[in-house]
Amino acid sequence: MSRESAARPYATPHAPYAPHAPYVVAVLYCAAGALAAVSLAGTLRSGITDPHVALAFGGLIAVGELARQGAGAHPGDREPAPLAAAGALAYALLGETDRHPTSHGALQVLAVVLAATLAGAAPRLAAGRGPVLDHLVRRLLTVGFAATCFQPLYNTGALARWPGHGPYYALFLLLLLALTALCDAVLRAALARARTGWPYGPLLRDELRGLLGVGSAICATGVVIALAVAVAGLWALPVFCVPLLLTQFSLRRHGAVRATYAQTIASLARCTEIAGYTPAGHARRVAALGRAVGRELGLSEPELTVLEYAALMHDIGQLSLVDPVPAGATEPLPPSEQRRIALLGGAVVRQTGVPEEVAAVVERQADPYRDQPLTARIVRTVNAYDDLVGRFAEDGAHGPYGPLRALERLRLATGRDYAPAVVEALARVLARGGDVR
Amino acid sequence: MRTLPATARAYLLCVGFTAVLCAAPALRSGRAAPWGTVVALAALYALCERLARRPPMGRTGAGAFFPVLLAAAFLLPPPLAGLVAVPGALASPVERSPARVRRLWHAARLSIAVHAASHVFALGAHRTVTAPDFPYVLLPAAAAALAFSVVSALLDGGILVTAERSSPRTAWRAPLLGSLAPHLVHGLAGLMMAVLWHSTYGPVAALLVLLPMYISCWVLAQYHRERAAHQATIRALVQAVDIKDRYTRGHSERVGRASVLIARELGMDGDRLEALRFAGILHDVGKLGVPTRLLRKNGPLTPQERRVIELHPEYGHEMVRGIGFLDEARAAILHHHERLDGSGYPYGLSGHHIPLFARVVAVADAFDAMTSTRSYRRGRPVAAAVEELRRCAGTQFDPLMVGALARALDRHGWHPAVTADAAGAAGAAGAVGDVPDDLSGNVPSGALPGVLPGVLPGALRAVSPASQGVGTRAPEDSPRRPFPGPRGGTR
Repeated sequence: MSRESAARPYATPHAPYAPHAPYVVAVLYCAAGALAAVSLAGTLRSGITDPHVALAFGGLIAVGELARQGAGAHPGDREPAPLAAAGALAYALLGETDRHPTSHGALQVLAVVLAATLAGAAPRLAAGRGPVLDHLVRRLLTVGFAATCFQPLYNTGALARWPGHGPYYALFLLLLLALTALCDAVLRAALARARTGWPYGPLLRDELRGLLGVGSAICATGVVIALAVAVAGLWALPVFCVPLLLTQFSLRRHGAVRATYAQTIASLARCTEIAGYTPAGHARRVAALGRAVGRELGLSEPELTVLEYAALMHDIGQLSLVDPVPAGATEPLPPSEQRRIALLGGAVVRQTGVPEEVAAVVERQADPYRDQPLTARIVRTVNAYDDLVGRFAEDGAHGPYGPLRALERLRLATGRDYAPAVVEALARVLARGGDVR
Repeated sequence: MRTLPATARAYLLCVGFTAVLCAAPALRSGRAAPWGTVVALAALYALCERLARRPPMGRTGAGAFFPVLLAAAFLLPPPLAGLVAVPGALASPVERSPARVRRLWHAARLSIAVHAASHVFALGAHRTVTAPDFPYVLLPAAAAALAFSVVSALLDGGILVTAERSSPRTAWRAPLLGSLAPHLVHGLAGLMMAVLWHSTYGPVAALLVLLPMYISCWVLAQYHRERAAHQATIRALVQAVDIKDRYTRGHSERVGRASVLIARELGMDGDRLEALRFAGILHDVGKLGVPTRLLRKNGPLTPQERRVIELHPEYGHEMVRGIGFLDEARAAILHHHERLDGSGYPYGLSGHHIPLFARVVAVADAFDAMTSTRSYRRGRPVAAAVEELRRCAGTQFDPLMVGALARALDRHGWHPAVTADAAGAAGAAGAVGDVPDDLSGNVPSGALPGVLPGVLPGALRAVSPASQGVGTRAPEDSPRRPFPGPRGGTR
């Protein structure tokens, strides 16, 4: 089971690989394929220079790839194999080993990275776990960028004239890797957009934010390894990977606790269903559809998490009712009653340790939309939609009529209760086949 | 300073004096000494210390930048290396008073530790590390990191022994073992810094080494925060039960505690102990599935109603099914009402077919049900409860667990007023008091029979949409739970 599906134990309304802009994927794959072919052919023709260096870096990349975590195919997922990424970038930026200049070119870098990544990913491929092609394509393109920028400059001696072998050299490498990381973010966002059809802007924003975390650690380690090998020889490789291993270890623990946390929240959300207050699957549907609507409206990943948790727990205030509301639908209740349940829910949510914003959303889910933050508007609208569709289905309106009538009802109430923009976003999501019922 | 015992004061003075003695030769080293490196590293360490203690990192940030100190130990002669730690330690924020004494103490302790590390490193290597030194330089570097770790742990333990009168075993052993691995990693990072510092690329390259260290500390801080939040969420699940069944308030937490007592006695530790604690805490979570009216019913239950209530283990198992880490604990939730002779529910398992965790939780559950005071009866004394458990051991309970509980109670006593680990749940669980007061204004007063005030905020007490109160009960003659032996302690 991939990390993503463990963390989110229910389906998202989009099939994750519904192709949206297939030409982007095709172009990227073609470019990566051409790079791979050219580099392999070039390396085979000219033979491998400095084979021991190539072997050492290849080994590092393969080991890092073996130790990778998660599929890394979803936006907001961090780099799954930081050690391998840092090793590949370091090889691309390697000028000297042990104070002797190297002469491997960009083509050899690409060939070694390709072979090592494939070797490290072989067990995963054999076990049929997770898509690795996107990952490989990105790795090839970014390493290709870094190596093409650096190796010709170094091998022609241009770098020895400026910036020379002083502090500016380190800064130059850092700048180069920062540019590479930017390229990688753009690529990731493009691939994610093509895969999921989510809007590009927020995806790119999330990727750029991710750069600040593990992305910067990878870049720094890449530069450090390249410089340290230049100073201290290949022995530096195992020694200098340790801090990054530590980072990887912390990231993994963090990922694990996040996944468990999400599971527990989902269980808490099921309370109301098992207690008979809400129909089965209601909270999960509202969370999944709410997330889709949030994406449609361009929310960032942290905001989407708040939205998701709030949607999962929005009915929890009903636990304090002695008798369940009919069908768990709070929408037909008088507004004051709805607001009271919402406040009670907020009080419970406040005790769960989720971010403060989640409780605020739950508390204000029954307010008129003009008083609500955007996340609360989404929760209110999607909740009402799910309640209405459920009610119409009970009345015998099956097929497409239920959702259409529910949307109609929501549109009629956009004067006070539901934000028009949210209702329209919901309609667009539904029109794309995002109905999760 | 006034609160410190005399031995602690003498100890502090000794350590301070030693630190000054260690640093004294620096004065005689003259202009030829690498003062530039000393100043640069000291400034770097001070800056990093401030950065690491900023809010997102909190206390986990402490020690994130020991690589700077170890790099100093590798680069500088001992007296100068010791000086590097001083400004950072003096400038670092201190949470508890007496702040000035604590700062001086940190400065002295770190300075001595770095001094020692530098001495040890000098035994096996010279100060400028280059390629031919690898891999042999790793040995003195590891030894130096070890020396740093041992000296700082010893000094730290000393203050615990003298000022807080801990036993030397607890003061020295655990911190020493716990800090070895991190300090070795810091040692490697420090070695990288030292190598790059002297290279043609200069200190700029050495700075880059710190970035991954900082990021991992940052991630670790987030990890701790989310872990605390997660534990709070587990407790929120329990509190959701408390909303419905006011009679068992605090019961879950205490059962978790009693389960841990038994498990420790059985020699469990680590993850299993933690899982068992959650099993105890969550054992009644399925009561959420039982209609509130039934849980609060006055008067005897009909067989039909009893059957509905007896569904709660299965509801509970269903609810926590999605939580992967609970694993063995889920079996305990499902089977905690089984009896050893096979007459329990839901499956009527007998003997060792009942999962281990379930047998533990069953004993803990019955014990707390007997000893806690409920509004309709007083709790029994601990001794009487244990006697009752012993009487039913073999038919209802596993004698092994009963024996373990009795031994644990003899050793540690039973303090039900203290909730299990309110501190462990961090601030999140403490948020119980954070509910705004004005909420209680929304609750019809009829729904608030004044039992057990203050455990949950008023806002969480029952309200009915039709504003019908539950009705106040007459606690004394309530036949709801005449305690029929330990069985049915909680239904």
